[in-house]
Amino acid sequence: MVIYGIALLGICTLLGLLLGDWLGLIFGVDANVGGIGIAMLLLMYFSNTSTTKFNLGNISEKGITFWSSIYIPIVVAMAAKQNVIGALDGGLMALIAGIVVVSISFLFVPLISNFKNNK
Amino acid sequence: MSSSIQEVLLANNLIVAFVFVGITVYFSYFISEKFTSGKFHGSAIAIILGLIFAYIAGLLYEGEKGVADIAILSGVGLLGGSMLRDFAIVATAYGANFQDLKSSGAEGIFSLFLGVILSFSLGALIAISFGYTDAISITTIGAGAVTFVVGPITGSAIGAGSEVIALSVAAGLVKSILVMTMTPLVARRIGLNNPKSAMVFGGLMGTNSGVAAGLAAVDPKLVPYGAMTATFYTALGCLIVPSVLFFIVNLFY
Repeated sequence: MVIYGIALLGICTLLGLLLGDWLGLIFGVDANVGGIGIAMLLLMYFSNTSTTKFNLGNISEKGITFWSSIYIPIVVAMAAKQNVIGALDGGLMALIAGIVVVSISFLFVPLISNFKNNK
Repeated sequence: MSSSIQEVLLANNLIVAFVFVGITVYFSYFISEKFTSGKFHGSAIAIILGLIFAYIAGLLYEGEKGVADIAILSGVGLLGGSMLRDFAIVATAYGANFQDLKSSGAEGIFSLFLGVILSFSLGALIAISFGYTDAISITTIGAGAVTFVVGPITGSAIGAGSEVIALSVAAGLVKSILVMTMTPLVARRIGLNNPKSAMVFGGLMGTNSGVAAGLAAVDPKLVPYGAMTATFYTALGCLIVPSVLFFIVNLFY
């Protein structure tokens, strides 16, 4: 049943957000701390145990993969509802931040992937 | 008749949003195929188009929610809102494997932590050099330099304003678009031709669509390796940016 996959995804998302809320309380911030990250780890846990004892099945899986594949369209919708005019005041900063981060990150790729070879 | 059309569209605003985004994406892939022969990825064009629509809507309606300020497109606000966005992001983690990450060795994990912290630090430093002095804005912009997903999640978690969140999305978008477009150009120079370097690449860049699109243009076989670490990257970013890294920034500002 497709709904099982959607429900599992929902359980992981809600649990993650709930735990993130509690972490926020523990850290003393009025905020959700890493809830999405926790939810992702939970879903990874379930998808990794599926081969052994927790079998979700091909059809139920579609309930999750559908949402995974609709991620980019949702990002497009997210882009379409942004306060772009507000962002444009700092457009130069966004541009510089993007260029600096990408250029320096590119430089680190060979440094790290060759690290072991050089030993 | 026109009033009944409007009535139907208003009453079914989420479905209108599906159609709106679907047409935008279709049009974007059409542009990508016809005018850039697929070099400039369709999803990148779709995101840019979305931002342009938001800009035009902002000019015409003087609102803060882009096209969602137009009544019949209010469903775009729901589709692109935090509830469905978070749901879909969690779903992308499905299929990623702890075992695979382990076999990518120390480099994969190291590149993940280095990637998040490096991008965040550079973004935060640039925010500071542009005159931001409050911890919430600095952290949110730094988070945007991690990915355009971590930016708004961090921003709404720690209570940043809509403009700063939009800025963080903009920084993340610039990053994502640059990764999509520049990766094929620098691939050979940075040794991006095997699964291990693809994993390191995914861990350092992190931006999911950028990594997937960028690697697809270099060698489609490398996509799952890069996308796998990139999937962990967003989780790690969501985990440590609004918590540990925010606290560190808070110590200084």
